[in-house]
Amino acid sequence: MPNSPETRTEARRLRDLFAAMGAQVVKADVLQSADTLLDLYGEDIRARAYLTSDPLRGEMVLRPDFTVPVVQMHMESQADPARYTYSGKVFRKQETDESRANEYVQVGFEVFDGRDPARADAEVFASIADALGSLPVQAATGDIGLLKAAVEGLQTTDARKSALVRHIWRPRRFRNLLNRYAGKLPPPATRVALLGNPDPFADAGPEIGLRSRAEVEARIDALRADAAAPHISGEELGLIDAILRLHETTPNVLVELGDIAVDMPSIQAAVDRMSARTDALAARGVDVNGLSFEGSYGRTSLEYYDGFVFGFTAVDRPDMPPIATGGRYDALTAQLGRGRAVPAVGGVIRPDLVLEVAQC
Amino acid sequence: MLKFGVPSKGRLMEKTFDWFGARGITLRKSGSEREYAGAVDGIDGVELVLLSAGEIPRELAAGNIHLGVTGSDLVREKLANWNSRVAELAPMGFGGADLIIAVPQAWVDVDTLDDLDAAAAAFRKTHGFRLRIATKYHRLVREFLRENGVADYQLVDSQGATEGTVKNETAEAIADITSTGETLRANGLKILSDGMIHASQATLFRGRREGWTNAQRSSLKTLQERLRIS
Repeated sequence: MPNSPETRTEARRLRDLFAAMGAQVVKADVLQSADTLLDLYGEDIRARAYLTSDPLRGEMVLRPDFTVPVVQMHMESQADPARYTYSGKVFRKQETDESRANEYVQVGFEVFDGRDPARADAEVFASIADALGSLPVQAATGDIGLLKAAVEGLQTTDARKSALVRHIWRPRRFRNLLNRYAGKLPPPATRVALLGNPDPFADAGPEIGLRSRAEVEARIDALRADAAAPHISGEELGLIDAILRLHETTPNVLVELGDIAVDMPSIQAAVDRMSARTDALAARGVDVNGLSFEGSYGRTSLEYYDGFVFGFTAVDRPDMPPIATGGRYDALTAQLGRGRAVPAVGGVIRPDLVLEVAQC
Repeated sequence: MLKFGVPSKGRLMEKTFDWFGARGITLRKSGSEREYAGAVDGIDGVELVLLSAGEIPRELAAGNIHLGVTGSDLVREKLANWNSRVAELAPMGFGGADLIIAVPQAWVDVDTLDDLDAAAAAFRKTHGFRLRIATKYHRLVREFLRENGVADYQLVDSQGATEGTVKNETAEAIADITSTGETLRANGLKILSDGMIHASQATLFRGRREGWTNAQRSSLKTLQERLRIS
C-alpha cells in the first residue's frame, strides 16, 4: 500500500494542490550526505535512517525527509519569500514495529516567508487541513517556542536555562534537571564529595584523551557556581508544569496562558504570537474553538521544530502514525544557513495513510 | 530435527558442555576435534551445531537453529526487538560480563550520565565535534543513552582493544564489556556509577519462529523437563 499506483496518484493530486496554491515543485536526491544530518541530530539519526557508505563521498543517507535538502536548496537560491512542494519517498528504519512502513511517500508544503509568521503558520496548517478535506481526522497543536520562552524566563542562571532548553526534546532529562535545580532531587553524592574536596585532582590518574585538564577544571567551576545558585522556586516549577500539562481547546489554553503570563511575564510575547496565529487560523476558516492544544506536543520528535507544531491523526486509530505533521523550524535554517536564518514553516502528508483512512 | 547451536570454541563452549553435563545431558562433538557438528546424548532428535557465539542470535531469529547458547548482550545487540524473535529459557550463570560506559580517571568531574551529558555539551562547544564513544555495541549503547537523555555524543566503531582508543585519541570515552575492570584501570579509565547498560551472561535461548514440527516441539519439551526449566 505505501507504494501502490493509487498512492502515487494521490501523491500527485496533493502535490498539484499545493502547486496550485503557488508552491514551486522541487525535487531532492534520494542519497544525501550523512554529515549534515549527523551533525544536526547525532546518533539518533542512525536508529531512524538508513546510512550507507560511498567509497568517494563517505557516509551517505537515504533521505529520511525532505526538509533538510529543501532548506539547503532554499538557502542557496536566496529567493524570498518562497513556497515549495514536493512528493517522493522517504526511508525510515523501524526498529520496534515491523508493521510500520520503512519507505513511504511524503508530500510536503514549505513556506519561507518572514513577513508575517502567524499568517505563514496558519497558511501551512490550513492548506494541509484543506488537502485532507473531509477525512475523519483530528488535529493536535503545540508550541515549542512557548516552552522555550518559559524556560528562558526562569529566575535562575543562564547555564541552567541553556541546559534545560537543550533538553526540551528529551522530557526525562529535562524533568531530572528541573527537579535538581529546584532542589527536589539531591545532587549525586559523588558530586557533593567532589565539590567538598580541596584537591580534586589528587587521585585523578593519568591525563589521557582530548578533553584537557582545563576543561575538567572549567566544569568543576561550573558545578561550584551551580551549587551556589539558589533553587528554582516551587512557584516557577509549578508554572512550567502548568504549561507542560496544558491540554485543552485553543481558546481555553489562551485564557490559561494569560493567567500564567501574569506570574511569568517572559512568555507574554510567545502568548501574543499564539494569539495572532489563532486569529490567522480563524481567518483561514479553521475551527479554532475546537482545535486542541497540548503543552508537551512535539517534544519527542526530532529536534528541529522550535515554534508552532501540529499533527493530524485518524479518529479512533491510535495504532496509525500521524497522517500529516508539521511545524516551524527557524533554528534549522539558521544552522544550515551558517548564520543566515530564514523563518520557515512546513508540513507533510502521507498519501498512503490518506487512502487508508478514506477506505475505513 | 531440533537444531541446537552452541559456541564453537573456547571457554564458552567448555562451560556450556559442563553446564549441560551437570544436568545429566552430555553434549559431544562428533568425529574429529575439528568438526563443527555434534550430538546430544540421551535425547532423540536433537542435533548439535557448533558456530560462533556472535552468529547464534541471527541464526535463531532466522529459524536456521531452534535453540542456542550465547551471551544475552549479543542477542540484545544483534536483534532489533529481540524478545519478539527469541525467548530466554535459562540464564546459565557463567560468561558474566557487564556492558558499561567508562571515561578517563582524569575526568574527576564525571561520575554519572548527567555529568557525561554536561561534559559532552561543553566538549562539543570547545572542540567543534561531538564527544566520541568507542564501542562495538552500537544498538545497546545508543538505546541506553537515548533513554537516559544523553546528547551531543557520537559512537565510533571499535571491534577490539577498545580500552586503548582514549589514549590514542580516537575516542573520548568507551562502552565495552568488562568482568573485573582490570583492563579499564590499566588504561586509565573508570566506570560511570550509573553507566551499567546490561549485565550479560551466557543464556539458553529458543527461536520464536513459527512452523516447528511436532517432533521438534516434543524434543524441546523433553529437554526442558530434563533441565527442569519451563
